[in-house]
Amino acid sequence: MSVALSAQDINRALTRISHEILEKNQGATNIVLLGIPTRGAHIAARISAIIGSIEGAEVPTGTLDITLFRDDLRMRPPRAIMPTKIPASGIEGKDVILIDDVLFSGRTIRAALDALGEIGRPRTVQLAALVDRGHRELPIKADFIGKNLPTAKNQSVKVLLSEIDGRDEVTIEEGAE
Amino acid sequence: MRHLLSIADLNKSEAISILDTASELARVSDGAVKKLPTLRGRTIVNLFAEDSTRTRISFEAAAKRLSADVINFSAKGSSLSKGESLKDTAMTLQAMGADAVVIRHPASGAAQRLADSHWMSGSVVNAGDGTHEHPSQALLDAFTIRKHLGMGGSDLTGLSVAIVGDILHSRVARSNVLLLSMLGAKVTLVAPPTLLPVGIDSWPATVSYDFDSVIPHVDVVMMLRVQQERMSDLFFPNAREYSRYFGLNTDRMACMKKGAIVMHPGPMNRGLEISAEVADSARSVITEQVTNGVSVRMAILYVLLAGGALEVGSN
Amino acid sequence: MKPADYLIKGVSLPDGKKADIAISDGVIASLSNGFKGEANTIIDGSECVALPGLVDLHTHLREPGREDAETVLSGSRAGAKGGFTALSAMANTSPVADTAGVVEQVYRLGQEAGLLDVFPIGAVTQGLKGEALSEIGAMADSVARVRVFSDDGNCVFDPLVMRRALEYIKKFGGLIAQHAQDPRMTIGSQMNEGVVSARLGLKGWPAVAEEAIIARDVLLADHVKSRLHICHLTTAGGVEIIRWAKARGIDVTAEVTPHHLLLTDDLASSYDPVYKVNPPLRTESDVHALREALADGTIDIVATDHAPHPTEAKECEWQEAAFGMLGLETALSIVQKTMVDTGLMNWVQVAERMSITPARIGGYESHGQALVSGSIANLVVINPTQKWTVDRDLVVSNSSNTPYHGHELPGVVAHTFYKGVATLINGNLTSIGGM
Ligand SMILES: [Zn+2]
Repeated sequence: MSVALSAQDINRALTRISHEILEKNQGATNIVLLGIPTRGAHIAARISAIIGSIEGAEVPTGTLDITLFRDDLRMRPPRAIMPTKIPASGIEGKDVILIDDVLFSGRTIRAALDALGEIGRPRTVQLAALVDRGHRELPIKADFIGKNLPTAKNQSVKVLLSEIDGRDEVTIEEGAE
Repeated sequence: MRHLLSIADLNKSEAISILDTASELARVSDGAVKKLPTLRGRTIVNLFAEDSTRTRISFEAAAKRLSADVINFSAKGSSLSKGESLKDTAMTLQAMGADAVVIRHPASGAAQRLADSHWMSGSVVNAGDGTHEHPSQALLDAFTIRKHLGMGGSDLTGLSVAIVGDILHSRVARSNVLLLSMLGAKVTLVAPPTLLPVGIDSWPATVSYDFDSVIPHVDVVMMLRVQQERMSDLFFPNAREYSRYFGLNTDRMACMKKGAIVMHPGPMNRGLEISAEVADSARSVITEQVTNGVSVRMAILYVLLAGGALEVGSN
Repeated sequence: MKPADYLIKGVSLPDGKKADIAISDGVIASLSNGFKGEANTIIDGSECVALPGLVDLHTHLREPGREDAETVLSGSRAGAKGGFTALSAMANTSPVADTAGVVEQVYRLGQEAGLLDVFPIGAVTQGLKGEALSEIGAMADSVARVRVFSDDGNCVFDPLVMRRALEYIKKFGGLIAQHAQDPRMTIGSQMNEGVVSARLGLKGWPAVAEEAIIARDVLLADHVKSRLHICHLTTAGGVEIIRWAKARGIDVTAEVTPHHLLLTDDLASSYDPVYKVNPPLRTESDVHALREALADGTIDIVATDHAPHPTEAKECEWQEAAFGMLGLETALSIVQKTMVDTGLMNWVQVAERMSITPARIGGYESHGQALVSGSIANLVVINPTQKWTVDRDLVVSNSSNTPYHGHELPGVVAHTFYKGVATLINGNLTSIGGM
């Protein structure tokens, strides 16, 4: 097991991502942050706080559970369905930033796009991930990345967040998932 | 979890996670999303060897909202009514590639027979077997109670529920006694002694023959359907007398606690076990039970068909 | 001196004494310590116990009518395999054994099979309907010499019919074997009424439905001074009534099945109809009362109620399934397990309950004879130290509805001799009889 990102690294990465989001979207006026539960939701909340403190205004932030839209449900044990909370402003015509902890095969994001499509029609959909570990199986690419972590397929990347795990850390572990 | 045959198959955390899943599914389907792709490509057979349009429609709507393919196999015109054995039917369903069979059957234990046999490999959902159990009904009842009266908790601790009527022949009562007591509610069964099974003292419930003494103390009054043919089997003298002692009318409803609700699994015999005024009153959540039924059945199908054991709160 | 047909060396008799048993010309030629002569077949009996051949007073052979489930021949083979030398064929065949013609046919089929004696039981009422008496006298006078009459499967419910039947059979010293089941109280009943039926939602079969008939019939038997036999007793309450009746001097005998000595109603929780039987499996406390009553003699005999059914009659929903389970091939093992290995009975009592007394009740004089020189050589040799595992696919019966599939049971039936000829040697059926 090796530590890929320390608590400080994570903090810095999220701050940078926040600035990049603001830069690309020319401010926060039209954006909606949607975190993918469980850890993506916490990361979205942190980015929302950072952007809020920079802009001095609250950013509409919600969660989007994609469990029911996965195409690999047959292959894995069923997961409890986590809450989907769309901000009151909705997503119609908005610039939606999807936020997840790890970008891997891309299937989660594909499911998220399907889920979004059922809810409304954003102006743009962008993707932020704390870690991109490669091995994409779909033509999907992140707009904002905290850290590129080239990994072997049989390694696993663990994102620990203080809200759930008591501390912030990203580690790479050997052995198949 | 592979099958849902009896509430006894569930532990408390599994039951609660089905209710939680149903809550999320209800929110999703309340919103813009009418159809989820979750069970696309899966085949669910509604095997109804006994008429029950409402339960069949509820399961059918649940399966379709999850994008499953639904095949209805009902008693009328089906081979089951022509004396084909359950085994042969099961083998036919297997050949059709059924991923799950939702079975309603007049014989107690039919769902378990189907699940335990090697006749088919899909999941089995008991949608009511004889006078045994009706677990999806109990789950939707618990869901409805929690939604109305749950004090923010995930279970039903602190609530009192009276189940009134033909307990002896009621699969709804059997499933509800197990589930509601598991979720922490205090259950009182109210019926004439003829309509309570011998051996009921082993149930996690108290028994009363006196509806009037129970009414003021409960948060939920759940009325059961009384079949007309019970009269000819000497269970009670006549409908009028049954109604007088065990029917829920406006006078009795007036004695209910503030905020207490009235439930009925349907179909109702208006004027026998429940008066029309009560059924249509503000306390009645009967039509809401029907609505909740779809979400709860979606949750059941999701939990059974999306794979192995349910992981709670994991990523 | 010519060699003996068989010599069983060093076998234990029921009382525990060791002996060499020589069998010749259909009888026990000698019973001694250290047999000196020659023998054509010598059997090592050192780990074994010899008992008089088992006699079943309650067997369903299904012929005529349901030969797919069992025939007189296949049932005879199952009996020989289980150590029996006499079976009593119940009357609920199709056609019903309510005429001399049918009982003679069954009797003749038994003789042709030649593996044991098949004694037909005659129906009490025509068509088992409980209304008009069947040709009781004609059956008694027939070649089959029927002495036991029963509507088993149905109860002789009408008290007047029962009274007349009890009276009528006194003419020739007959016996009415009652299947005690109040039909009104058991309409649609599926299993014992109690905690388990309440949970499973299967219609209950109250103990009182059995006990009320037993109580009525012992009073009737007392009143008309006739002989009554109660089939398959299953409840602690029934035991109490029989105990009371015997203390009062009423001429009543009673039987218990092996399955009611072992199995309980909670097995229905699987909804597997292999456990569906009439009368139903009862509770643990009933099982204990039955064992005690069999040990103290309140219950006189063990009878199998061997009830074969074709696969499709059990491969279905519980409430659609037929009642009954196989019993002949496992009876002795179950009795050893429940009564001998528990210390409740010794082998002398087993011989009484499974051979001597049923032969006396049925009037089967060539059976249940003591193991002494000169007795007709109907006997069974069992090895109580060995165990075996029941496999429904290997049963001899035409049917496979045994509730013991996969159970390991004590006591292996090694050799069965019927009229001095081995029908079973080393656990294998021999090729005698109508094979
Ligand atoms: Zn019987």
